[in-house]
Amino acid sequence: MTVNMTKGQAIDLQKKDGGTLTAVRMGLGWQAAPRRGLFGTRTREIDLDASAVLFADRQPVDVVFFRHLVSDDGSVRHTGDNLVGGVGQGGDDEAVLVDLQRVPVHIDQIVFTVNSFTGQTFQEVQNAFCRLVDETNGQELARYTLAGGGAYTAQIMAKVHRAGTGWQMTALGVPADGRTFQDLMPAIEPVL
Amino acid sequence: MTAELVRGQNLPLPEVRLEVRVRADGPVVAGATLGDEHGTVTGGERVARPGAPALPGIEVSGQAAADHRIAVDLAALPGAVHRVSVLLALPSGAGGPVRFGAVAAPLVAVTGPDGTEVARYTITGLDTESAVVALEFYRRQGAWKVRAVGQGYAGGLADLLADLGLPEARQLANTIDEATAQGPADAVAAPPPHPPGTPGTGRIPQGTAPAGHADEPPGATRTGAADAPQSPYGTPDPRSSGGVPSVASGAQDAATPPYADVPGPLDGAAGPHDSTPGDRTAPHPGPAPTAPYAVAPPSDAHAVAPPASATDGPVDYTHPHRRTAPPPPSPPTRPAQRVVPPAGPGQPTRPVAGDATGWSLDERLYNQVRGMFEDLARTTAAYRSAVDFADSRRERELDKVLSDPRERTGGRADAAREEARARHSRLVDQAREALDRDLAQLRAEADVVEPALPPAYARWDNPVWQGYQVPTEHPMALRLGDLHLPESTGLRIPLLVRLPLERGLWVDSGRTGSAGAAPADTGELRRLALDTATALAARLLAVHPPGEFTVHVLDPAGSGTSAFAPLLHSGLLAGPPATGAAGAADVLGRLTQRVDLVQMAVRGGAPDALPPGFDTSGHLLIVNDFPHGFDDRAVTRLRYLADEGPAVGVHLMLVADREDAVGYGPLLDPLWRALLRLTPVPDDHLADPWVGHAWTYEPALVPSGSQVLRHVLTRVAAARRIRDR
Repeated sequence: MTVNMTKGQAIDLQKKDGGTLTAVRMGLGWQAAPRRGLFGTRTREIDLDASAVLFADRQPVDVVFFRHLVSDDGSVRHTGDNLVGGVGQGGDDEAVLVDLQRVPVHIDQIVFTVNSFTGQTFQEVQNAFCRLVDETNGQELARYTLAGGGAYTAQIMAKVHRAGTGWQMTALGVPADGRTFQDLMPAIEPVL
Repeated sequence: MTAELVRGQNLPLPEVRLEVRVRADGPVVAGATLGDEHGTVTGGERVARPGAPALPGIEVSGQAAADHRIAVDLAALPGAVHRVSVLLALPSGAGGPVRFGAVAAPLVAVTGPDGTEVARYTITGLDTESAVVALEFYRRQGAWKVRAVGQGYAGGLADLLADLGLPEARQLANTIDEATAQGPADAVAAPPPHPPGTPGTGRIPQGTAPAGHADEPPGATRTGAADAPQSPYGTPDPRSSGGVPSVASGAQDAATPPYADVPGPLDGAAGPHDSTPGDRTAPHPGPAPTAPYAVAPPSDAHAVAPPASATDGPVDYTHPHRRTAPPPPSPPTRPAQRVVPPAGPGQPTRPVAGDATGWSLDERLYNQVRGMFEDLARTTAAYRSAVDFADSRRERELDKVLSDPRERTGGRADAAREEARARHSRLVDQAREALDRDLAQLRAEADVVEPALPPAYARWDNPVWQGYQVPTEHPMALRLGDLHLPESTGLRIPLLVRLPLERGLWVDSGRTGSAGAAPADTGELRRLALDTATALAARLLAVHPPGEFTVHVLDPAGSGTSAFAPLLHSGLLAGPPATGAAGAADVLGRLTQRVDLVQMAVRGGAPDALPPGFDTSGHLLIVNDFPHGFDDRAVTRLRYLADEGPAVGVHLMLVADREDAVGYGPLLDPLWRALLRLTPVPDDHLADPWVGHAWTYEPALVPSGSQVLRHVLTRVAAARRIRDR
């Protein structure tokens, strides 16, 4: 059922029966990679942060992140900051809920990003993934694994954008550097 | 643990022997129908009602009353019964109210055999309906559950019964009406229905029928079965034997008509409560098409054959139209934080009062109002943001046309400009459409929530104030007024603040900032400010239990005498309004001392160390015309009260024009900021916590010419006198 997405792949957010999705959840999960060293089993805590930036005609209009958990219009909600990750197998450590029907009419793209707030690069992160879930029935629509983590501290994960009357999701997987979403704005620009 | 049900909610039942208690504002008729697996009631013999109150497994009271206890034994129901609907109706022709909207919301509670409450449900949101299905018990996978239904019928019992599939609904409704109208003579005394020799299972609802007479003095006519209405599940009654209660004949002799004994139902009633399966099945052979107790009713009033009574039924329902529940104008797509309960069977989903989380109905309504507040703030934010974006995009595009020399003139420029404007209006139209959809939904919700609000949350013109009862518990929040936005025409959100107040109030009697909202001259503004303050003080007095809230008035110039008159005349003030500098010093001194004392006790961890008889009630100090009559010492004391008072239940309400205090310079700015500013005329000065819109506040004023304030204060004063006696 789940589509394992690859970089750049786009999927339509439509239900099997042709109905449109009403609410989706962008979930983010990760675990800190075990550190080699004297205390080999000790892991360090890694704080990844999920953010969602709302664009209207390539202009950022609103942002949902750990300091602004709900977009002004109420359509995009962050479930709260998780500072350590590692909730468990397949569980979401942070999630952003999007009520697609209520997204204001002028918003045409929502970009999801991940930043390493504590500064570790993705080399030190294990089992990181982002996935899109149909919030109404809990079914996973798409999963994108952050494979091949490199020496960067942020990633532009995916975007959900209007296509016709419905919405489409595109996996982006663009590496970038920055502590919060503000640092990523130049990197987001080209993928809009 | 009592579950407070909302409409549509269901709950598994821990027991099969239950009692349904009904409490209404005035007399209501209670009945119950037994439906098959499709919910259909096949005939009049499946309806327990006045005139035929007992059926296997269920027994209702024989007449209209404000309180009912309906005994239910789900295990004793015939196997074909899958649904038991408990219904309430207003008695017709009695000259009482003809619609539930005119009386306080009825309460139904389901209790277990030991009297512990399993669930309760307040039937809110009724309007023109005169009959309502309150609850239903239904079988689900072999177990029984209860569901709060609350489906009302403007056409009364006839429509209700017809909706349950009863073929002769109208006739039966007339029969019930007649039996009710004939009044107490037809009431059936409660049988103490213990089967002999089963003391262990004899925890039988004894008080069932007599509970209908709860308005009457208990000792007057009650006999054995009914003399302990508060504990209906007492130990087995030793006086009953052989299924025929020995007290029954005594009751008949001694009792005046309300308790005329009818032996038939008594005999029958033993059956449904019998816990022995063999006994149970013997007299009730399943879904018999005729009444199993056909031999029982000896009196004419109990002749239940529907056609017979239809012919001479005196009552005709002139409003046969069932109220059709209008679906909300748009499918509810609530923001994620609120949950819409599933609609009951056959009902369209529509907004329901109390549809939010919370431990009590008050808390649910509070949270619901807060949810509506947030929804309106956010949906308006979405609209404004879209319109702003459309505006700026149009400007950008028009600028581009202007700045391009090739396109500056000629047909292409015109076309480009036209296109920019069209794109603008398309987007604005879309945004407006989304806003209208949300506003319509919120309006539909407000339409059901407003009438369901308790007095503390309700507008003064809400009927709940007409049926006002002095509360026994502290309220959770208080309505200070209404809020609205320019976009939300016709939609007013109640401004509720939690009690005890965390900050003082300032009713601004000066000129307000907004130009559109300054119709009044200074004198008029001051008068309105005083009215606002009086209405708020009266509301605070009314929503606290008697004697738990005290109001002091400080009116140094004596300019508020007429406005404070309702408070003064009711005798609810701690004393007459203090005037002059000396009066101010005295009141402030006493309250300061009180705050200091309570603070010391609380901080010292010794709240018991307060003097004996120390009254722990909340206090409100109204100061009119601040800073008139205040010297520096008094101002300092007032600031102390504003800062320290709220934590120990001493609150402040200033009625003041800031201009009057201009002589103090910036020294009083922190005081003004610490108070919640209210205006006596609509003014947009309040911000919401989510998006920060400027909301227009309107005070909660008593409608002009209304006597509701006097009426309510009189009741509060009476309750306080009773308490102090």
